[in-house]
Amino acid sequence: MAAPGWRHPRARLAAALRSLRAARQHRARQPSRAEPLQAALYVHWPYCQKRCSYCNFNTYIPRGLDEESVRSCLSREAQTLIRLSQVQRISSVFFGGGTPSLASPLTIAAVLETVSRCTHLAADAEVTLEANPTSASASRLAGFQASGVNRLSIGIQSLDDAELRLLGRNHMADEALGTLEEAKKLFPGRTSVDLIFGLPGQSVSSWARGLEELLQLCDDHVSLYQLTLERGTSLFKQVQRGSLPVPKQEVVAEMYESAREMLRDVGFRQYEVSNFARNGALSTHNLSYWQGSQYIGVGPGAHGRFVPRAHGESLREARIQTLEPDSWMKEVLACGHGTRKQTVLSQLEVLEEVLVLGLRMDIGITHQHWLQFATSLSLWDVFGTSEEVKELEDQGLLLLDNRGLRCSWKGLAVLDSLLLTLLNQLQKSWEDRTAHRT
Amino acid sequence: MLSLVTRAAGVWGRLRRACSGAALLCPQPWMEKCPADHVVFSSPYSSHKKEKLDTSIFPVENIRNFSIIAHVDHGKSTLADRLLEITGTIAKTDQNKQVLDKLQVERERGITVKAQTASLFYSYEGMNYLLNLIDTPGHVDFSYEVSRSLSACQGVILVVDANEGIQAQTMANFYLAFEAQLAIIPVINKIDLKNADPERVEKQIEKLFDISKDECIRISAKLGTNVEKVLQEVIEKVPAPSVNISDPLKALVFDSTFDHYRGVIANIALFGGEVQKGHKIVSAHTRKTYEVNEVGILTPNEQPTHKLYAGQVGYLIAGMKEVTEAQIGDTLYLHKQPVEPLPGFKSAKPMVFAGMYPVDQSEYNNLKSAIEKLTLNDSSVTVHRDSSLALGAGWRLGFLGLLHLEVFNQRLEQEYNASVILTAPTVPYKAVLSSAKLKKEHGKEEITVINPAEFPDKSSVSEYLEPTVLGTIITPDEYIGKIITLCQTRRAVQKDMVYIDEHRVMLKYIFPLNEIVVDFYDALKSLSSGYASFDYEDAGYQAADLVKMDILLNGNSVEELGTVVHKDKAYAVGKAMCERLKDAIPRQLFEIAIQAALGSKVIARETVKAYRKNVVAKCYGGDITRKMKLLKRQAEGKKKMRKIGNVEVPKDAFISVLKRQSEK
Repeated sequence: MAAPGWRHPRARLAAALRSLRAARQHRARQPSRAEPLQAALYVHWPYCQKRCSYCNFNTYIPRGLDEESVRSCLSREAQTLIRLSQVQRISSVFFGGGTPSLASPLTIAAVLETVSRCTHLAADAEVTLEANPTSASASRLAGFQASGVNRLSIGIQSLDDAELRLLGRNHMADEALGTLEEAKKLFPGRTSVDLIFGLPGQSVSSWARGLEELLQLCDDHVSLYQLTLERGTSLFKQVQRGSLPVPKQEVVAEMYESAREMLRDVGFRQYEVSNFARNGALSTHNLSYWQGSQYIGVGPGAHGRFVPRAHGESLREARIQTLEPDSWMKEVLACGHGTRKQTVLSQLEVLEEVLVLGLRMDIGITHQHWLQFATSLSLWDVFGTSEEVKELEDQGLLLLDNRGLRCSWKGLAVLDSLLLTLLNQLQKSWEDRTAHRT
Repeated sequence: MLSLVTRAAGVWGRLRRACSGAALLCPQPWMEKCPADHVVFSSPYSSHKKEKLDTSIFPVENIRNFSIIAHVDHGKSTLADRLLEITGTIAKTDQNKQVLDKLQVERERGITVKAQTASLFYSYEGMNYLLNLIDTPGHVDFSYEVSRSLSACQGVILVVDANEGIQAQTMANFYLAFEAQLAIIPVINKIDLKNADPERVEKQIEKLFDISKDECIRISAKLGTNVEKVLQEVIEKVPAPSVNISDPLKALVFDSTFDHYRGVIANIALFGGEVQKGHKIVSAHTRKTYEVNEVGILTPNEQPTHKLYAGQVGYLIAGMKEVTEAQIGDTLYLHKQPVEPLPGFKSAKPMVFAGMYPVDQSEYNNLKSAIEKLTLNDSSVTVHRDSSLALGAGWRLGFLGLLHLEVFNQRLEQEYNASVILTAPTVPYKAVLSSAKLKKEHGKEEITVINPAEFPDKSSVSEYLEPTVLGTIITPDEYIGKIITLCQTRRAVQKDMVYIDEHRVMLKYIFPLNEIVVDFYDALKSLSSGYASFDYEDAGYQAADLVKMDILLNGNSVEELGTVVHKDKAYAVGKAMCERLKDAIPRQLFEIAIQAALGSKVIARETVKAYRKNVVAKCYGGDITRKMKLLKRQAEGKKKMRKIGNVEVPKDAFISVLKRQSEK
């Protein structure tokens, strides 16, 4: 860790200037790459009280959890990776899981404190915590707020108790509404709710009724997720076995469509495939993923995308931390971090991610946004002459204009199909350009 | 182990050494360790002795040439094993099971594909006899080979199962022998079985073949009961060949195999004269001249002799490089002493065609070499390079019949470990042209159409013709109703129906060949619980109302899915194809109409609806790696898809439509 005297502001400035110079030199060498010296921070809390029937995330039901150790490891790893990235500031923090609302507010506070010590964390930077209704009493929520959390994302999932049971949630609709009520008081305008649709047996009208009810009560941010049946989950097995019906494609498409319309009608902007906000309450943390910004992942199984500048590297890496919490902790104690896998991303791979993620947003990819990653290959260069892209435009699914490249309302719902054409076109243009140069 | 002491084992052993081991799937790795010439025989004439055998000690009158013919599983090969044991040709052990059936597929299916021949030495009433057992392929697909093998014989042992009685193939075999005017020794086998009813079978034989039941020999080949009697009957009833050594050489080629070191080994029967090393011989078919390197008899491996004499059966090696140079049915004679060729020679005529493609194009060369090796020993398979826009480079192969096709495919898979896409079999149609322009183009009025793309339009044709077969079905009578219905759905015309005993019926139908090439046999077996037997023979061409059916995707024709069908079947075939495509073509951004059309008339349609939603809902930090991987794999897959108009069709969709369907 080459960051001597990090406690002293001037020393920190010197380090930052060094990084900046390094970045400039780097830019000169590789004009298409320019990582701003900031990153978002994701902190993974891997524990839950109970596994949900649809969930295949990296979560564990703890027995005799030693939270103090977890806390110190999270802080230690955050410190190590932030220094490794040499970022000057952390733009946002997101505590996800698992069920991070099961963690003690002390843990949240400790991590945030570490971040502020290592780098700059603005007072108004977005700090989100994912909360489960059963572990988010008013007092706990206040505790989280006191530790520095300023945005809450509540996993309500459904307002129907039968559906909640099917999903294996350990809360009831009433509890969820209670938590929402409390959260709105503590985090007005900064409370988000998650809902799941496309459940086995769910109809378009029952879904619409549930959403309607929620829209009466919710704050300014809503996330809607289509249920994906993941291998290895109990829900997947039940559907495989035939004891639960497979949700029909047509029905699910209808649910999504009607939800988009309902939300639009009450003033929500669909700023991403699954995310809706009004009064400008967009999640800056999640936006930074879709904008292809750097992010540092801390905690068991967390993913990251950043340039390890302290090692003198100039290319972005995809990093994954060790999955299993106990092993992860051992590694953090031994070497300061539990990075299990790091893969250097090529320039093309970074561009592919920028494309795939950027088009998930309603504004899509602006020319400026794209040029941050590809200074010498504009969106026009890549997509402007492709017949297949033109076809997609003619079908009213995609737009390429002076603002940039983006999906139409209709196109956003079938983005994965569009991406296949666009990814192949990007690869082709990239190869053509490389061939042309050599 | 002795069951391996065979010519074929040696050939395959050498083949295995000749090519890379991994490409071959050989179930008997120890084959390699026992090449034919190092094996100890119990016979005094075995090949480990260096001195050559003198066959002149057998005068013509002490020679008998005969075959065993039987329906599948009636015990032909087991009887052959016993005959080989009794005569000391092979040692008597428990391991002699179907000694003459070498190929894995022969043993698995209980059929003989590649005929084997064995010379047996037997003393009877103080005389030494040379008995030549000429094995025959056991299926009508190989009826030409059977007929050539039979033409080298003067008699046959007709084996019938004492429990199952006369079956369809028994009929076909009997008629072949009867027409060749051979002595017939009826043998009722498996009398040791609990349900054996030899009396009933004797009655059938009497009724259908007009052979007195007193002539039937009841045996158990498995236990050896009465087998000696069969040998004696061969000597008593089968006439010696009527030939003359002083005539010029006249030898019939009735089989041929390929050996990597020695070239073609032709199995021959001498109808006149003699042949020895150094003789110059000529093929009546190719007019090519060869010098004889080696002659000998088969016991059943090759055993060199000084000479072969008229009336004898053996092998000849004469520097022929390809099996096509020793075509079955050809006549060999001495240079400058031409003879009238033996009658009945035909070049192999493929009746069933199928496309064969490697599952993965990178396997093309391996598959090519496997096909080349297999066809070295089977000149009746025709091979033409073909390529399909959907399936890539491959071949269009012609086979004598369905079983021939199946056996070939199974051998590729088992012996060469090749995995292939085999398209649904088609038959060669004919068109009688009316258009003067087309007649001039083809230089003839009647053309054969194998590829649907070359099917001429009705406007320039006076008549289409399709190949037919005469099918024989023998079944217990409780299944008659279902079988008649099945035959009617296959456009078959009934020619005959007789009870062969109180409970069994023989039905004869003329079938269009294309109606039985796909799944007829399976359907017949399943509706008769396996009791009905089926066999068929070529019955020439007949006029047929044929149409070319196109498959359209959003109005664009898919060339490789075009097919020729009978007009009455067009709807059913078209509907089935559309349904299969519907299941195999993934949803796209627009609706896809899948249509079957005759000219401009659409006869069937299915629709693949457009995607309305196809975007993964959740995509945050941790999901990105997984999502990128998935998308890039799909994008790669998209590149490989074939575009028909704007519709992207995966290779699997073509495979699911073109592939042989074993179910249904």
